[in-house]
Amino acid sequence: MKFTTLAVAAIMAASPVMADLVFPSLSYRTGPYAANGIPFADGYEDYFTLLNERDGGIGGVPTKVIECETGYNTEKGVECYEATKAEGALVYQPLSTGITYQLIPKVTADGIPLHTMGYGRTSAKNGKVFSNVFNYPANYWDGASHAVNHIMSQGDIKGKKIALVYHNSAYGKEPIRTLEELSKKHGFELTLIPVDHPGQEQKSQWLQIRREKPDNVIMYGWGVMNQVAIQEAANIRFPMENFIGIWWSGSENDVLPAGDKANGYKALTFHNLGDDYPLYDDLRKYVVDAGKAAGAGDQLGTALYNRGMYAAMLAAEAAKTAQELSGQKELTPALMRDGMEALEITEEKMAAIGLPNFGPTFKVSCENHGGDGLGAVAQWDATAGEWSLITGYEGSDQDVIQGLVDEDSAAFAAESNIDEGCK
Amino acid sequence: MPEQLLFAMEVTLNGLMAGVLYALVALGFVLIFKASGIFNYAQGVMALFAALTLVGIMEGQIPFAHIINAIFGTELHHFGWHVPALLAIILTAGVMVLFAWLVQRYIFQHLVNQEPIILFMATIGLAYFLEGVGDLMWGSDIKKLDVGLPQGINDWIDVTTLEALGYGFFIDNLDISATVVAVFLVAALIIFSQYTKQGRALRAVADDHQAALSVGISLNFIWVLVWSIAGFVALVAGIMWGAKSGVQFSLSLIALKALPVLMLGGFTSIPGAIVGGLIIGVGEKLFEFAIGPLVGGATENWFAYVLALLFLVFRPQGLFGEKIIERV
Repeated sequence: MKFTTLAVAAIMAASPVMADLVFPSLSYRTGPYAANGIPFADGYEDYFTLLNERDGGIGGVPTKVIECETGYNTEKGVECYEATKAEGALVYQPLSTGITYQLIPKVTADGIPLHTMGYGRTSAKNGKVFSNVFNYPANYWDGASHAVNHIMSQGDIKGKKIALVYHNSAYGKEPIRTLEELSKKHGFELTLIPVDHPGQEQKSQWLQIRREKPDNVIMYGWGVMNQVAIQEAANIRFPMENFIGIWWSGSENDVLPAGDKANGYKALTFHNLGDDYPLYDDLRKYVVDAGKAAGAGDQLGTALYNRGMYAAMLAAEAAKTAQELSGQKELTPALMRDGMEALEITEEKMAAIGLPNFGPTFKVSCENHGGDGLGAVAQWDATAGEWSLITGYEGSDQDVIQGLVDEDSAAFAAESNIDEGCK
Repeated sequence: MPEQLLFAMEVTLNGLMAGVLYALVALGFVLIFKASGIFNYAQGVMALFAALTLVGIMEGQIPFAHIINAIFGTELHHFGWHVPALLAIILTAGVMVLFAWLVQRYIFQHLVNQEPIILFMATIGLAYFLEGVGDLMWGSDIKKLDVGLPQGINDWIDVTTLEALGYGFFIDNLDISATVVAVFLVAALIIFSQYTKQGRALRAVADDHQAALSVGISLNFIWVLVWSIAGFVALVAGIMWGAKSGVQFSLSLIALKALPVLMLGGFTSIPGAIVGGLIIGVGEKLFEFAIGPLVGGATENWFAYVLALLFLVFRPQGLFGEKIIERV
């Protein structure tokens, strides 16, 4: 009897807890990018904690976040994936383009969905090729188009000089093709200025900008590259209102070291900022004040905490959609994938969650895993020490982007022997 | 004067300034290697740790607050005071002296007479340990470091060169400060090693450990001394680099900028670190200016190593390193 009890207990301990909805968090709380990885991971985990504490999980099924430290290292990220996938992982969000590229073939083979929100392989928007990869609500190419649209909204862009200062990596190079197409379409001159990892020394790049005097600078940076670039831009007195970063160059971490000189710097975003939303009252009540926060609880409302929380919210909404579609409360990765593909985010839904006007509305489909590509522009107010949106959520140039998505995804399908189609 | 020549002059000046910043990091490596034969992999992390400690002290941050709060359920974060920069620098230097003593007492005292590779491995372990301790003590958020050094374009140089040459040169005030500090630091190091008893003892240990020991010089004391000085140099490097980017964990990667400087200048020469830094700084900036646009840019990281390798081929001990003579 005793042996049987022990055996049952051992089997239960060794098996994945199927009753839980498992959301792995491939986080980076250590290393050179920790300052960005921590608030995102905290926001991601806190949202699921809130669902458990307030609602008893999703559809009554508790959620479980399994955290694995990647250090923003691609090899470690793949190890984390391999180590956690058997736990019943429903969706991966690795917060790294490098890890994303390695995971695309793996998740496709394993049937687990991958959500790369605002990063990763842009052409994954084509769900007929990338069946298990989603990049809603916006991607890198949308970001490039948003930046150009914003510059156009400030005046005639024809004949202007625009410099792209980018992290010299797969991530940083993503917008180049889009910007080249947009420069042909709108008649602006594009200068490409790469910055090698980690980007602590950028004197050459900003001397070049000082010599060539571009009208606008667009930045695709990450980590220390952002802080140094903003400081160097201030040093050469480049007008901050003409300097616009992608959403990965738009956190408090990026502007605070430059102090008042960062005032007026702009960054793109696909979600709102600050903590003036009903949901944050619940986060404080059920998570932070209850001592259950993933971190110190002092990051609520910051750009990257909000992004992590938003990523978790989208995963939870997809899980709800999957439960509704399948009629099952307990989900498999395949059901989760179907839920993500049928996800629709409306303003009514966002308001009901406690996040009115927090993010764009969009609808996912088999043909479109990237949503509608809406994005907004935020501007840093150094005196108030806060970001605020200066535009609404606006669309990107799909005439250019969709063609590039089709072209790149077709090339991937050909090299991977994938027959395009909907599942 | 042709525009391109003016640009090249500006790039050269900025390269010299960048070289000084590289040299500041390389100096710490040289000091420890010269005195103890240890290639200190942890030098970059020491710069990070020193800068974290400096900001922590200045801001009145409670060290290990997260752990204290987690254990005792408290909400402690700050003492509620701000420490003036100069006092904070002195206190941080004290912390680095304590760190030097701990390193010597608990690591290297136990590794006397071990192979250089073992000592090197120990510094790798030390680097990761120190990074973890820094994280636990001060947190991993990015901290603004302001010790009152001016930053941004130097208007006088800008205006003067504009009037004289028709093109205003950009020189960062922070780089000028770094240069002044580096000059004082090197002068102080030279005076210390040439004209003080401890300095002469340090040189004696660097020349021959056994001989120094035989005349009554305490190796332990000298090694604590040299690690303390390297800690202070790391603090200076941490201040200069931290002022540019904020104090954050990528600061430890500045060690990567010191390696080609060491290869070029030699591991045992203080002037070598300075001259090596200047050559690397100017070389990589001029190469990026002249050749970078033709090959897509971002040449600096790899070109610094190519330049160092070229020197190594013709002078393996580096420009100022001691010549390697093996008598058989």
